[in-house]
Amino acid sequence: MNRWTRRAFIGAGTVAGGGFLLGVAGFTFAPGRHSLVSADAAAKGQLTTWITISPDNTVTILIPHCEMGQGSQTALAMMTADELDADWSLVRVQEAPALDAYANGYIVRAAGGHYVPAILGRGVDYGAYKVAEWFGFQVTGGSTAVRSTGEYGMRVAGAAAKEMLIAAAASQWRVSASECVAKRSAVSHAASGRSAPFGELARSAAAQRVPTSPTLKRADSFTIRRTSPVRLDIPSKVDGSAKYAIDFTTPGLLYAAIEIAPVYGGTLVSVDTAPADAMRGVKKVVKLPEAVAVVADSFWRARRALAALKPEFSDAGHGEVSTASIFAAFDKALGAPPGVPSNAAKAVTADYRVPFLAHATMEPMVCTAKVDGDRAEVWTGVQDPLNARSVAAKALGIDSANVRVTNFMLGGGFGRRLPFTFDYVDLAVRIARAMSPAPVKTIWTRENDIQHDYYRGAALSRHAGALDGTGVPLAALSTYTGGGNGEAVFMPYAIAEMNAREKKVEHPIRLGQWRSVLNSQHGFFKESFIDEMAHAAGKDPFEFRRGLLGHQPRFKAALEKAAMMASWGTPLPPGEGRGIAICESFGTIAAEVVHAAVSPEGRLKVLNVYAAVDCGDVVSLDGATAQVEGGIIFALSAALLSEITIAQGRIVQKNFRDYPMIHIADAPAVVTEFLRSDAPLGGLGEPCVPPLAPALANAIFAASGVRVRELPIRNTPLKRA
Amino acid sequence: MAITLTVNGTDHTVDLEPEMPLLWVLREALGLTGTKYGCGISACGACTVHLNGRAVRSCTLPLSAVDGQRVTTIEGLGSGGALHKLQQAWIAHQVPQCGYCQSGVIMAVAGLLAQNPHPTDREIDAEISNVCRCGTFVRMRAAIRDAAAAAEGATS
Repeated sequence: MNRWTRRAFIGAGTVAGGGFLLGVAGFTFAPGRHSLVSADAAAKGQLTTWITISPDNTVTILIPHCEMGQGSQTALAMMTADELDADWSLVRVQEAPALDAYANGYIVRAAGGHYVPAILGRGVDYGAYKVAEWFGFQVTGGSTAVRSTGEYGMRVAGAAAKEMLIAAAASQWRVSASECVAKRSAVSHAASGRSAPFGELARSAAAQRVPTSPTLKRADSFTIRRTSPVRLDIPSKVDGSAKYAIDFTTPGLLYAAIEIAPVYGGTLVSVDTAPADAMRGVKKVVKLPEAVAVVADSFWRARRALAALKPEFSDAGHGEVSTASIFAAFDKALGAPPGVPSNAAKAVTADYRVPFLAHATMEPMVCTAKVDGDRAEVWTGVQDPLNARSVAAKALGIDSANVRVTNFMLGGGFGRRLPFTFDYVDLAVRIARAMSPAPVKTIWTRENDIQHDYYRGAALSRHAGALDGTGVPLAALSTYTGGGNGEAVFMPYAIAEMNAREKKVEHPIRLGQWRSVLNSQHGFFKESFIDEMAHAAGKDPFEFRRGLLGHQPRFKAALEKAAMMASWGTPLPPGEGRGIAICESFGTIAAEVVHAAVSPEGRLKVLNVYAAVDCGDVVSLDGATAQVEGGIIFALSAALLSEITIAQGRIVQKNFRDYPMIHIADAPAVVTEFLRSDAPLGGLGEPCVPPLAPALANAIFAASGVRVRELPIRNTPLKRA
Repeated sequence: MAITLTVNGTDHTVDLEPEMPLLWVLREALGLTGTKYGCGISACGACTVHLNGRAVRSCTLPLSAVDGQRVTTIEGLGSGGALHKLQQAWIAHQVPQCGYCQSGVIMAVAGLLAQNPHPTDREIDAEISNVCRCGTFVRMRAAIRDAAAAAEGATS
């Protein structure tokens, strides 16, 4: 990190009205050349984080990440303001516009630079440093905002701005800068008793030499970090004033409802538009290669007219695909379980399976577009407005520079609004082109959303383990389908022989990134299996794991903490049980204990969840806690209920009735504690998802003796034999 | 067909199809976008408003059913520029994440508290079936308890 901050490029200037403006560059890469910052970054305005201090003493922080409820805009502002020693009550936050200048290059530096978030795997070949395309991203995903943009951009900007304000005060007062201190948005000099607010110093601070290597605070002198200020976006979310893409309006706005080929890859064969043409408010029926849209003067009228049509679509040759055919192919590819060592006293084998899942963000996909000649304007909600801009430009065959994207608060993301998944932008701009120059808002119905997602992949995993005569594990081996990577399959345990091998199986279901990505499947596989090995060894599942973690102090500490929080080992009434699981993802270790009850009739009630989380350090304590709670509830809903199935190449589920979610009645109490380690900051949006399903399955086994090896859990009868 | 309804204390006459759901009348004809579309089949509760003081899901409620009736949306929940006690509790407990479902949740709970100022956990569970994908249920329950306690303080 030090090397990076020294080489970071910082630029400063004044703004209208005598304020102060300071930014820090991310990085740029050119093919064949690897450097952190391009020589002409300043000329190009390639500064990704910005601080503006106005004469009235307000501090405005421009943040290159969207807000989808994860609270990272607030956390990033806290990191900046802490280094700046600003008065938190004077800090304002703005989301950066979708311009190249705000591409957030820091993301790739997270986790020591050896790990590129899977969401960007298709855009970045980090091994070869071929990241020319990378510079087109302004992504929010991979739990990276705080640990990359925050650590490598926002903190440096805050610290540099503070040094310049102090230098300005020192020069004005003719004292040494080392005798001046900044505190609560003012610089003071104790010996002379002088003090000046940042706002008064801003203009002359902008003329100071820009420090290229500002000193960052030590953790023990943080004043804003580790506290729990109110999240800046919350007041607007309790009175209906928060604006999402679906709320955008503009004079002359038209509305589009769409029907997309039900089998992915299918095309529109024919449609008689007459029934819709005559209906009230209908402006036009727009035929696209893969969809038909009705544009009307209200969304309800568009949708009603669309329902009157009977479009025919081709099935792209996938009309025979079903959930059963996909799992049969998985099973065939895996073949026999991995062979275990010949000296094993006991062998354990198990298959685990997980379904396709939809994201089902509460706000469905929405995009408004206005196309006028070779220019376009787009209003939407995405996790990467720069990629959305290039998708719109490509769909229209125009230059990206001619497309303006305005991003709104997201009504949930969870990976559905990541780059490479902007079909809703692509469709919306083509519909708008057909109505040019009228602005058209294309709203996906919940049915569109559930049936045309980029799904979390289904997967089957086949495990074999071996124990010696005393219950010591000798091997934990698996083969799996459905995708994986080193992080997802990693088991921290000291077992002599461990490996997980992927068997590739192609299928035509469109896949994407779902909160916690491949860890969501593999967390369930590996932490269910180690539990089965513990029981096969006749040992307590917590003690069994702990005994294998002597070489992994962070894992061991988190596991022990979760067990202690849950009073692991104390007696429970009959029909109740505790289950434990631990996973590392996105640089964070999360250990969870689930306390559940299974009635004699097989009714499951999840009572409590205890989470011990080591993400290095916590920036916004309450915001971080909310992410842990949210990750657990999100994972619980999926573990209990969620399943996308395929019949005749089509997605079977349509809406919340057949793709149900848990309600407040099903939500357990959640207790969260953070362990502060010296590890680099880890992510928080995702890491608490993976351990939940295995901890719950393990708790069900403890409570009922029924081993759940398939998600969702509702597919397994829990009635005790 | 002209239909007259009172929304947040203001009378509106609209000439729209009687079967158009109230949700779209509020959002597109009256510009009140705090009420959200989530499913269109009364399954998720994002569109919850009050009809004559009772919580209803507006995505399946035809305009004809509200002729001459009194509708309250999230924008009209507070009174005299002050936030409703539930909105205050929602801020105090930092309930919303993405926030999209929260208008509907707050309206559903306000409807419950209007009928039953001190609901038990079981009554909350039975009455509140809104979907929240961010998983804010833990904080919702804490905020509801606080708001119910505040109501008790106010009436005693």
